[in-house]
Amino acid sequence: MGKLGTITRRTLLVGTAAIGAGVAFVAWRVNQPLENPFRGNPDSGDTALNPFVLIAEDGTVTIVVPRAEMGQGVTTTLAALVAEELDVGLSDIAVIHGPASSAYYNAALITSAMPVEPWDDGMMADGFRQFAGIVGKVMGMQLTGGSTSTRDAFDRMRIAGACARETLKATAAEVWNVDRSTLQTRNGSVIDPSGPRSVRYAELASAAALREPITDIEPRDPSEWTILGRSQHRVDVPAKVRGAPIFGVDMAFDEMLYGTVAMGPLPGVKAKKADRNAALAIPGVRAVVPLSSVYGEGFGVIADNTWTAFKAREALAIEWESEESYGETELNAAFDEAFDAGGGDVHRDDGDVDSIFSEAAEDDILAADYAVPLLAHATMEPMNATARLKDGKLDIWCGNQAPTLVRRFCAEGLGLDEEDCRVHTMMLGGGFGRRAEFDFALYAAQMAERTDGIPVKVTWCREEDTRHDLYRPPARARCRARLDGDGAIAALDMQLASPSILGSLMGRMGMSAFGQDATMSEGAGNQPYRLENFRVSTPEIDLPLNVGFWRSVGNSNNAFFMECFLDEIARSADRDPLELRLSLLDGFEPAKAVLRKVGEMANWQGGSVGPNRAQGLAFCFSFNTSVAQIVEVSRDDDERISIDKVWCAADCGLVLDPAIVRAQLSGGIVFGLSSAMMQEITLKDGAVEQGNFDTYPMMRYHQCPSIEVSLSRRQTFMGGVGEPGTPPAAPALANAVAALTGERVRTLPLNKAVTFA
Amino acid sequence: MKLTVNGQPAQFDVDPEMPLLWALRDVLGLMGTKFGCGIAQCGACTVMVDGMPRRSCVTPVGSLEDASITTIEGLAVGDRPHPVQQAWIDEQVPQCGYCQAGQIMSAVALLEENPEPSEEEIARAMTGNYCRCGTYPAIRAAILRASGQETGPPAANASERTIDRG
Ligand code: FES
Ligand code: FES
Repeated sequence: MGKLGTITRRTLLVGTAAIGAGVAFVAWRVNQPLENPFRGNPDSGDTALNPFVLIAEDGTVTIVVPRAEMGQGVTTTLAALVAEELDVGLSDIAVIHGPASSAYYNAALITSAMPVEPWDDGMMADGFRQFAGIVGKVMGMQLTGGSTSTRDAFDRMRIAGACARETLKATAAEVWNVDRSTLQTRNGSVIDPSGPRSVRYAELASAAALREPITDIEPRDPSEWTILGRSQHRVDVPAKVRGAPIFGVDMAFDEMLYGTVAMGPLPGVKAKKADRNAALAIPGVRAVVPLSSVYGEGFGVIADNTWTAFKAREALAIEWESEESYGETELNAAFDEAFDAGGGDVHRDDGDVDSIFSEAAEDDILAADYAVPLLAHATMEPMNATARLKDGKLDIWCGNQAPTLVRRFCAEGLGLDEEDCRVHTMMLGGGFGRRAEFDFALYAAQMAERTDGIPVKVTWCREEDTRHDLYRPPARARCRARLDGDGAIAALDMQLASPSILGSLMGRMGMSAFGQDATMSEGAGNQPYRLENFRVSTPEIDLPLNVGFWRSVGNSNNAFFMECFLDEIARSADRDPLELRLSLLDGFEPAKAVLRKVGEMANWQGGSVGPNRAQGLAFCFSFNTSVAQIVEVSRDDDERISIDKVWCAADCGLVLDPAIVRAQLSGGIVFGLSSAMMQEITLKDGAVEQGNFDTYPMMRYHQCPSIEVSLSRRQTFMGGVGEPGTPPAAPALANAVAALTGERVRTLPLNKAVTFA
Repeated sequence: MKLTVNGQPAQFDVDPEMPLLWALRDVLGLMGTKFGCGIAQCGACTVMVDGMPRRSCVTPVGSLEDASITTIEGLAVGDRPHPVQQAWIDEQVPQCGYCQAGQIMSAVALLEENPEPSEEEIARAMTGNYCRCGTYPAIRAAILRASGQETGPPAANASERTIDRG
């Protein structure tokens, strides 16, 4: 957590504004240093805007959150930060995503008081963290780097709540002619114990809006907390259980049209032939329109309902002018070439790796190559957006992780000013990084140009979603270690080859990439392991396909390489994999503590648990959170492997809501296990082979292990929780399978080598 | 086309080949039932047809003349959630929530047929419902709770303080 004392040293601007008869409290701050124990102390330099605490005349407290709810519980935790200071119940607070409410839109006063628009801060997509600062500066957008988004909100939300509380108290103090410090607040009222008398916030709101806000206030000490630090009922759960129409795909108007898209197999590939007439002959089909973007070329179909649009998409029977015959052979060749050429950015270079290896006898060197495939996000809610272009104004409704990107590129695509494009963020039926892009919104916008002001809801079919993702890059590792006679690692050299996400992203944004792409080595090069001689370099390959942010980004592949190779080193040196890691983590207690803890939870005995049963261990420090996991697997008489149990010990510093943190880590584990067990995207003849869930499956109920999560708190800084559960899952499973079968599988998914029950 | 949806008669004129999913969503405006795959792989579109769970994405409306359909919107009685929905709240099951209408419909169908299912029976009934967010352990807990087989404290208990302070 942020040290409370530092808050007052920051520049804090706090304002109030009247909205109707209510009041809005606005808080933001400038220039907050980023704390990262392994990367020096870079200055994120971002201007963090938000939040708004709105108290309407009917007493409703609304907070405007700049982040998208995609299941990570962010709306609940951010509301809790405000509720804690404002002395209102969590259930009494409404949370809205940016400018979705008309009350908010009309609050011109607020917007004009801001240096930039408030929803700009919404660019906190998980995957953007590593180079958010760079992209943000280049594009003039508000990005918050690293896991600081939590810390950032942690201070700002509480300050906003505290300012609102104290200003309301000051208003009451004036009316009652008493000293503000004698007043208390409880359940949405200011209370004067000497009266005793009390007044509801609602009655004070309009007067509070007229006064200078109280700003010299510190948030409460955690020891006084009654909401934070305890598991809360999530504010988004009731609607989700009721089946309420809250997702992008649920957008509805009295008069509307429906659509879908049919895009080319690779960016830039155009249609050679399309049977538009066949599509238009289907009753209910209104139009077939060409679509074009940096993501690809193709068609949009507009119809009276989604099903008819899906049918028309098939009727188009498009032939693509596929000059590109890219496939697995080409991909293999690209990797071979990259490794042969060597080079690439060097992300870590401790000691003198080359000379240690040059002096080594062949027998002392352990070498292994690993490979992981492209992966799709497969959000359960397929890509979709609803767009309306009316009177020169574009409105877009969609779940998204990056509203500013959506606005900017949709406006640009239609030749509009950004002010004429409004983005309404809906709940996300899964994000995992996929909805940090803007393709789905842009296509809907292009189709809205053809519907005379009538909104069109454009829903992708699953095949389209799987084949037009921004994939987790394929990656391969060439690892070498020199072992000492006593089993210590004298030197470790890791070449991590992959396409660059940063390069792919910048290409889509029309910019050239610069600097190192930290995502290419994160999960390996940035780990707290201390080795005297340790080098991580990242040769880059080209790919004719877009790659993007996939839950935990580079950690998802690099932790697999790092943690599997450490396991192999331990086996070959006859050391316990847990003990080996502990010996490398000297100086970073939180990591050692989670490893010891997970060992205790699983009753770790080095990996073997008797016949037909084994355990595997892995660790990863990602997004400022230390996570250690042990996976236990067993084998039945038919050699089919079940994943029976996962133990997870994590330290993300201060925990604001234990149940949400556990749920996130547990969900991240399932996500990682799914990929390790069975997921891969492959290319053939210049197209993605997989389409629906029958070819790109995910873990099902009966395959899901029981998962036990333990949280500890030794870290003095806060970490993220949405992603860090994912990286250790795949290597822990692979290590368990190796312990079970005695054979090391170095290529994912594992089901190419073993069978899962 | 005539059928009963959540106890109300519904009449509409569409291509009988149209899957029930799209009739519910795009024609009747009932958005709780979700599209995930369209090929009976994910369960997001699960509804009950005459008391049996069905994947509405592969069920042509033409085959449903006079059938009685229950969707997620038809479970609660007024403001009172269905006991399975209540168990979902008690266990705080949803993350993104997109799959949950389908999960709940599958669980309701299971418990109507078998009020105290074993772990194996639960697995068999729920294995057709994908959850990308990985809420399976919470779904298990909620089904055990709804069937009276789990009575311990639920997941989100405000008094919980189980962090190792080290
Ligand atoms: S949408 Fe019907 S099973 Fe997936
Ligand atoms: S809660 Fe997100 S898919 Fe199940």
